[in-house]
Amino acid sequence: MLIALFVITAVSGGLLGLVYGMTKDAIAEVDAKKNEAAIQAVLPLDGEITYKADTLRYNYEGADLTFPCNLAYDANGNFKGAAVKTSEGGFGGKIDMMVGFLADGTIKGTSVLSHAETPGLGANMTGKFKDQFVDKNPASFKLIVTKDGGNVDAITAATITSRAFSKAVDKAYKAFEANKSQFITKAPAKEVTPDADVAPAEENNENMEGGQDNE
Amino acid sequence: MSNNVKTFTKGLIKENPILVLLLGCCPTLATTTSAINGMSMGLATTFVLIMSNLVISLLKGFIPDKVRIPCFIVVIASFVTIVQLVMQAYVPDIYETLGLFIPLIVVNCIVLGRAEAFASKNPVWPSILDGAGMGLGFTLALTVLGCIRELLGSGSVFGLRILPETANILVFILPPGAFICLGFVIAIVNQFKKESH
Repeated sequence: MLIALFVITAVSGGLLGLVYGMTKDAIAEVDAKKNEAAIQAVLPLDGEITYKADTLRYNYEGADLTFPCNLAYDANGNFKGAAVKTSEGGFGGKIDMMVGFLADGTIKGTSVLSHAETPGLGANMTGKFKDQFVDKNPASFKLIVTKDGGNVDAITAATITSRAFSKAVDKAYKAFEANKSQFITKAPAKEVTPDADVAPAEENNENMEGGQDNE
Repeated sequence: MSNNVKTFTKGLIKENPILVLLLGCCPTLATTTSAINGMSMGLATTFVLIMSNLVISLLKGFIPDKVRIPCFIVVIASFVTIVQLVMQAYVPDIYETLGLFIPLIVVNCIVLGRAEAFASKNPVWPSILDGAGMGLGFTLALTVLGCIRELLGSGSVFGLRILPETANILVFILPPGAFICLGFVIAIVNQFKKESH
């Protein structure tokens, strides 16, 4: 009895290890591509851009939050903008988003990475609703739904989703603005390597430390 | 031979796991928000069914009766994980929409049910046919439900728009719509079966 159970679990384990090894690279590639596509979608920039992974820390309404982000630098090491990951609880669960900011804080694009909002209602945020943020600068564009005195037109019958979406963007904006000054000086020439794809992942650790120094 | 054919075809309509046996309703109700989702879920389950039936039928002399359920579950879970990894690597879009329901194939009662009721008592070839028949019956039911719900809820079938967006009846994509559709489809199948007798 024991032997049978042992043999079956051992063979299964070995088989799974084999399949895992075979699919590991493909899965990593898919994840990397998805991340890259999201960055391209929210922060479309012309010219040769180098992305650098970083983490923003910001105290938002009393909670210490961290925002993974990708900083964009052009060929001369000038800071061009950042794609910031952010999230907020919506109606059906957490809404994970990425928001692209230009160096002056203007929103270049927003993208919903994952959500559990009601199809046909809250889930419509990925359509027209999302586009109203494009090219708006939160310095003048209040990231609050009109009902609450802001500038965001809420989705019909989905105010909770609209509020959550706006709040997530607001968080990302404030974190971006609070950390912005350090990005401009943070781009030494050595970062601009021709092998742009590899640079962000490798720099990850260093950048985390950099973020803490600035606290 | 005719026996083998019967083993295969009984899962399609006569003993359809969803519409007649009412097994595995959880993924049925949850993943049929669109035709493609329903079909992908069905095909993933079919693969697991065929492979687990095959392996369990091969091992039926080796597995002691006392620990047969844990052994079956280990075999099933292994194939489910393989499906999950392969889908994650090669069809990431579908993997993302089905998400949680892929690992839940492990506890789909159709799979364990066929292992216990059929594969552990029958030779390899009929077990494969049984798994394929049951799996395709499951896929058929899920695809039909997915088509109906997508047509009524989003106005399209397999992403092809058929009805204008204004004709969408939102409730059919939501959970209550799943129950309503399933009820009507079962009623129609029952009526059809009654008449054909």
